[in-house]
Formats: sequence, structure tokens, C-alpha cells
Amino acid sequence: MSSVKKDVPAGPAASAAGPRGRRKLSPMAREEQRAGLTLLSPTLILVLVMVVLPILWTLVLAFQRVRILNIRTAGIFGPYTVANFESVFSSSFFTSLGTTLAYSIFGTAGAIILGLIAALALRKPFKGRTLIRASMLIPYVSPIVAVTFTWTTMLDPQFGLINYWGKRLLGWEESIPFLSERAREVSFLGLNFEIPTALIAVIVFEMWRSFPFAFLFLTARINAIPDSLEEAARVDGATPIQRFVHIILPQLLPTIAMLSVLRFIWTFNSFDDIYLLTGGGGGTEVVAVTVFNFLTARGDIGAASAQALVLAVILGLMVGIYIKFFGKKEEVS
Amino acid sequence: MAVPVETRRPASPSRPPEGSRWTRDVIETKVFGVLRWVVIVGLVLVTLFPFYYMFILSIRPLDSLLRDPGSLAIPFGELDWSSYRNIMTPQEGGGQGFLRFMGNSAMVALGTVLISLLVAIPGSYAISRLNFFGRRQISALFLAVYLFPSILLAIPLFTFFTRLGLRGQLVALLIVYVAQVIPVTIYMLRNYFDTIPTSLEEAAALDGCSRLGVLRRISLPLAMPAIISNGLFVFMIAWNEFLFALLFLVNTRSNWTVSLGLSQLAGSIEVPTTVLMAGSVILTLPIIIIFFAAERLLTEGLTAGAEKG
Repeated sequence: MSSVKKDVPAGPAASAAGPRGRRKLSPMAREEQRAGLTLLSPTLILVLVMVVLPILWTLVLAFQRVRILNIRTAGIFGPYTVANFESVFSSSFFTSLGTTLAYSIFGTAGAIILGLIAALALRKPFKGRTLIRASMLIPYVSPIVAVTFTWTTMLDPQFGLINYWGKRLLGWEESIPFLSERAREVSFLGLNFEIPTALIAVIVFEMWRSFPFAFLFLTARINAIPDSLEEAARVDGATPIQRFVHIILPQLLPTIAMLSVLRFIWTFNSFDDIYLLTGGGGGTEVVAVTVFNFLTARGDIGAASAQALVLAVILGLMVGIYIKFFGKKEEVS
Repeated sequence: MAVPVETRRPASPSRPPEGSRWTRDVIETKVFGVLRWVVIVGLVLVTLFPFYYMFILSIRPLDSLLRDPGSLAIPFGELDWSSYRNIMTPQEGGGQGFLRFMGNSAMVALGTVLISLLVAIPGSYAISRLNFFGRRQISALFLAVYLFPSILLAIPLFTFFTRLGLRGQLVALLIVYVAQVIPVTIYMLRNYFDTIPTSLEEAAALDGCSRLGVLRRISLPLAMPAIISNGLFVFMIAWNEFLFALLFLVNTRSNWTVSLGLSQLAGSIEVPTTVLMAGSVILTLPIIIIFFAAERLLTEGLTAGAEKG
């Protein structure tokens, strides 16, 4: 207590000065160091024990032959092998990696474009805008199980609403099993296409669920653009499209870039949506679902770890890119 | 902002004085003026329709759904709340026992909120205010944790809790959830602490307040809005979580959360769709209530939390 009092005169000056490299060893700095680590230690311990350590353990498991059956006997220093990786790369891993990429790229792009359209449409105030803005966030905050279940029911071939109205109004000859059909022949302008039905359905769902996130961020950014900029452009005779392309869009680009990276990483990792919608069937098996199946259906912990690890390495690269491009800005702000 | 635009236009000196009314500017303004409303109506329909459909199906009798799957009107004549009764009745009573699942979900979610706040408040305060060795590294660590795939964590934690014999317990879920939400919590709270002027704390320190005293008497009350929004946000995450609940609890029905219960029952043939829709409504309702009650706080918190990671 007394030492705190003694140091107080130096305190405000020091903390207002921001980074203070030279005073590193002063009693004040040492006290602050200790206090900081003490206050942070519960969090740090929790994250180390429950997150970092498990990730390291995955690393070990990936090089062992561990199955659910021998889970109790497998040790940390067990015999190591690369058999898991061999089986991962020889199986359909690359197919599911391709599916994951397609799902993430189109899901992310779609969600951001939809979010941008929503943000622009709701830009000018009108009566009830606050309520509409809030309702538009509901898909994002709602429980994933409830919304996937509603979608599954809507798309059901037997009593689903979409197929019912499709047959009535759009002249579909038969019900389309949106969530289980791998591919469908479509002819358009005399050309025949094969479109991946189920994959498109899950991508559309992903767009629906995560466009509110993009909408939220883009709205915040648009509101921060000074009106005077656009007013000046208007006086100079710029049309709405020109004002968007030359004034608004450049201001939004950093936000769009941040959203692209964040959403891509999250979509790339996502497990729940696809597991609940299709169970990984119909050509929608993403890596996360494969890992889950290896873990539970086959009980092959080693192979599941190896796959998760490959996924994580790919992601690690992306997180690295994210930190490289956006981490610096964060320190400034 | 929109109103002056409309009224000012005719008088604006920059308008071309020549006769033609149909300049590109006028056409675009008109087209987008209409398109804007089309987009708004379309988006509202697309976002809210599934929830309307969910609710309608939950109050329809099953045979009416099978007879007329396309109907979207609220069936006043045949309004049927029995699905809700069925889903809430305990299993011994012939129902699906969702009341119990809701209790489990609420317990885990509230526990997650309490523990994560308890742990993260001092931690985020330290990261925001105190200069100590390794602060930046720790920030980077949390960011990395936040962005890492949870499926990667699922394997070792599954193995770990199986070995401990804790796998079917709600406590296991609680610990995992706390570890999962801590990075977000830290970022959200840290951002808020950053906005509180240090001068207030310094004044208290000059008056002889200890560091913990400053935190408790000055910073904490000031950060209350952020703490509440973060608590609600964490509650929503924990209430909505599915993967870990599925991995850990699937074999112990009495400990199922609402999400898990709904997904497990959806797979069985005996439970009718209308009952499952009632379950979906029950699962969604608390979240929607919380969301609309604290919408402003939550959207601000969401942007603050995600902006940093």
C-alpha cells in the first residue's frame, strides 16, 4: 500500500506518455508488470490449458495410431507414425478440400454482396428503418439448429413449401431434393449445364445466414463517410452510380477486405451448417464434416487429428495473412 | 439527410439549364429510388419468412400440413397448441422433455456468462491499461485462438474429457464454452476500457485508491454497458452452440441442451414435424427476445468484438 502511494506522482505522467521503454526497470514499471500479469493470469491459464495445449496435443495425436477403443492406453510418447497422413492424402481429402473452398469462396462473396446491397438500400432514413435494420440481423443471431431445421423443412421434397409452390407456379415437373441431390442437368438457351444442387443450396443458406454480419459492418462504415464528400460530387454533377463507384466504394474497400478475410476463415471452418443441412451428403462434404465423421463414426482419432491439422495449417497461413495486413492497423487504433 | 436532397434539387445551380428533363442523373435517381424499395421489401421477406414459416407450422395440426403444405395463413379455425404441450412435457409423460433441455441450456449459458466475465474483466483491464512484458504477444495469441477452427479443438478435448470420465457432464461443456468465448470477451471489453479516459482513474489513484480499488470503484461501473452487452452476447453464443454439445453429450439424454435435443429428435421418424417446429420456436424465442431488448448494445458490441478479431 505504501509503495503504491509513493509511486503515484509518477503514475499519471507515465501512463499518459504511452510506451515507455526507458523506464522499464523502475519500481513503478515492475509493479505494473506484476499487476498486469496477475490480473491476466486466470484468462491466460484457461486459454493455455483449454486451447493451446489441446492444439499441441492434436499435433501428437495426428502422428499416433489412436482409436476410440485404445484411447485410455495411448500415451503422449507413444509410437509415432505418418500413416494417418498417408491415409488422409490418399482418401477423398482433396475432394472435400475443393468443396470447402468452393463453399467458402461463394458463401463469403455472396454474403458480402448481399450485405452491401442491404446496407445501400437502407442507407437513407425512413420510418421504421431501425426496426428493419434490427430484424435483418435475426438470421445471424438465431440458433443454428432451429434455422437449419426450418430450411430443411422448407426445402423438403414431400411437404416442403418451395417444392409445393415450384410445382404449382413455376411448372416444375417433379420435386427437387435440394439437400440430397448431387447434380442436376439444366438447359438454358439451348446449352446444357450440370449444376451441383445441394452445394448451391448450402451456399445460399450460408449467404442468408451471414449477410447480416456484412450488413452490420458496412452500415457502420457507410455512416462514418462524411456527407460533404458526396454533396460535393453531386454538385459537380455525378450520378448515383458514379457517386457509388468513386466516392462510397473506395471508402468501403478496407471494410470489405476485412470482412472477406474474416468470413472466409469462419466459413472455411464451419461445421454446423452443413452437418445439420445435408449431413455432408450430396457432394457437400467439407473438411470439418469429414473430420467429425472420422472422429465419431469411425472412431479414428489419429486420422481425424491429421485432417484437422492439415485444415489448421491452411488456416494458419490465412490467419498469418490477416495479421500481416490488418494487425498493424489494429495497434494504431 | 434524404429530405434536403429532394427539395434542394430543383433549385440547385449545378443542374443543366437546357431543356432535357431525362438526364442520366434523373433516370438513375428515379430507377434507384424504386429499386431501393424493391430491395428492402425483398430482403425483409427473405430474412423473416423462415421464422414466420417456423411459427406457422408449429401451430398447425400435422394432418393439415400434410394435406395442404403450401398454405401460409394462420389457421384460426384449427389453431393447435398441442405441439408445444408435447415438446415441453417430460419424456415420462409421453413428451419430448424440452423443459429439462431448456434448463440445461440456461444453466450452461448462464454459467459461461458468469465465469467468462469474472475471468475476462481483470484480464481485459490489464491488456487495456497496464504495460507489461508480453502484452502484444498475448493479444496476438487471443486473436489466433479466436480464428482457429473449433473442430481442431474438438478432438483433443473429446479425448481429454473421455479419459477423465467427464464427457457426458454439463461441467465439461461449461469449461469448453468459457475457453471458447474468452478471446471475444477480452477484445470487446478491452476496446471499451480503451475508451474510458485514464484521468478518472488517475484521480482516484491520487486519492489513495489501490489498483484493484480503482478497477472496482471507477472502471467497472463505467464499463457496465459493455459488460452487459458482452454478457448477453456470450449467453447467445453458449445457448446457440451445437458442435461441442453434440460431441460431449449425445449419449446422455438427460443432459442434452435444447439445440442438441432438437437436432437429435429431428433425426427420428416418430417425432412429427410440427412438434419439431415448436421446438425450434422455443429454441429461438429467448434469443430473439434478448436481441430486441438490447439491440443497440448488442450490435455495438458485435462490431467492437469482431472488428478486432
